[in-house]
Amino acid sequence: MATFQRHRLTPWILLAPQLAVIAVFFFWPAAQAIVQAFYIEDPFGLGHEFVWFENFARIFTSFEYLRALGVTALFSVSVAVGAMSLALLLAVQADRVIHGAHSYKTLLIWPYAVAPAVAGVLWMFMFDPNLGLLSAGLENLGIGWNHRVNGGQAMLLVILASIWKQMSYNFVFFLAGLQSIPKSLLEAAAIDGAGPWRRFWTVTFPLLSPTSFFLLVMNSVYVFFETFGTIDATTGGGPGGATRTLVYKVYEDGFEGYDLGSSAAQSVILLILVGLLTLLQFRYIERKVQY
Amino acid sequence: MRYRRRGLDITSHTLLILCVIVFFLPVWMAIVAATHTQSSLYTGVAPFWFGSEGFGNFLAVLSDPVGRLGTDATRLLVNSTIMALGIAVGKITIAILAAYAIVFFRFPFRMLCFWAIFITLMLPVEVRIMPTYKVVAGLGMLNSYTGLILPLIASATATFLFRQFYLTVPPELLEAARVDGAGPWRFLRDILLPLSKTNIAALFVIMFLYGWNQYLWPLLITTESDYMTVVISLKRMLTSADNLVPWHTVTATALLAMLPPVIVIVLMQRYFVKGLVDTEK
Repeated sequence: MATFQRHRLTPWILLAPQLAVIAVFFFWPAAQAIVQAFYIEDPFGLGHEFVWFENFARIFTSFEYLRALGVTALFSVSVAVGAMSLALLLAVQADRVIHGAHSYKTLLIWPYAVAPAVAGVLWMFMFDPNLGLLSAGLENLGIGWNHRVNGGQAMLLVILASIWKQMSYNFVFFLAGLQSIPKSLLEAAAIDGAGPWRRFWTVTFPLLSPTSFFLLVMNSVYVFFETFGTIDATTGGGPGGATRTLVYKVYEDGFEGYDLGSSAAQSVILLILVGLLTLLQFRYIERKVQY
Repeated sequence: MRYRRRGLDITSHTLLILCVIVFFLPVWMAIVAATHTQSSLYTGVAPFWFGSEGFGNFLAVLSDPVGRLGTDATRLLVNSTIMALGIAVGKITIAILAAYAIVFFRFPFRMLCFWAIFITLMLPVEVRIMPTYKVVAGLGMLNSYTGLILPLIASATATFLFRQFYLTVPPELLEAARVDGAGPWRFLRDILLPLSKTNIAALFVIMFLYGWNQYLWPLLITTESDYMTVVISLKRMLTSADNLVPWHTVTATALLAMLPPVIVIVLMQRYFVKGLVDTEK
């Protein structure tokens, strides 16, 4: 690579804004989170004590934390499975039809632009116990709906809103993946007598596995972090913690419970989880390069 | 292609159209509800067809203070726009410069800088909220646009996209520019920036949506309604009601909150899809 050599100062001027921003708003706070995780602080800021791993021990023996872990896991799996299978089904249809694939893309892509909190509000209206369309429909079937008191229903509400929003993201990637599969492969399979169903499972689906794996990671990351807005706007983590995810708990403990040590320790655990997810993703990229 | 089947095509279209309708249904219900009065909404199940208010509810939330918020939706939309544009422009600017330094210069600690930027990819703001909040409070940036924007610029996605792109620029271009006596700033302005136009557009869409749709950060640092964004105002509207949710104004505000990003994504769909598929790979 050709480079500019006799410029000592210029690269530093170019890098200065980026380095300044990440130093002040990234490295400094991240370091503080790690340090804080080993202290117990008085809620009124009067004193603090170094406690080694006590905060972590407290977290992992806390029923509330383990419950939040379970909620996050269930939430992630539901959104990943729901959004990905629906997206794959639609992407395959859009890839099949010669006319209109582009229009369908436009008609399906827009929910991606909707804020997670707004998505939550739209679905909350559909399920409003007084006048919601879907809750009224369920009422007719003999199912009473009130996500303000029923934890399972509250969970279903945030899952549906998240699938609705995440589907378009998955759709874009699946469609791009499908369009990059050589048509000659499918034609060869057809000549050998494989029907559409068989062609999909033996040719298309295996070729899409890198995309699927990547999307699995991205959907989990989405549920971990972005769904905070959906949850806060609709259920507020409730009822009784039924929709309290790990990130929501970090927020609650830090900003409402003023348990800074625990909140910081939870941040560190999340940091490690995200680190692992990122590593997984790099393995995926490496594998892809080898093709 | 002789293996295509007509019957299946019809099934495909039906399925797609059905899903398009189902996906649009919540938005349709919101549009309809926003044209009703509160009392006409609460007569039974939410209506399927427009009510008597027309654009009345929209105009009302845009001009009068909404609920207990103490501010109108115009202010909220302006705040969201400033935040989204600030994040998009800020990120793209610092990313172009930083990636340029890393790819086109050789200097001590270059790899260290690279890794320092790289590692920020792993930590979204949600993971380090408490200490970041303290830093911003310490700098006196609570309830300010700088406080809303700067901490969210501190991630490296854009820097990476530009790095990847710069690496594909043929080295001959730089040689030629140097032979012609162009310095680094000139090369950046006259050659690299024009080449990056598509990438800039793609990143702009992604970062604008990212900024507009932020939730946790603005929730923490805006305690005054003058700096509140439209996305976080929704929760206050939902809870500020006495007993019945004022769905006619909530849906109107929700629609206003989703309109700008949806317009951006539909108009710039080509760039958006390219940017999305490129950044994530």
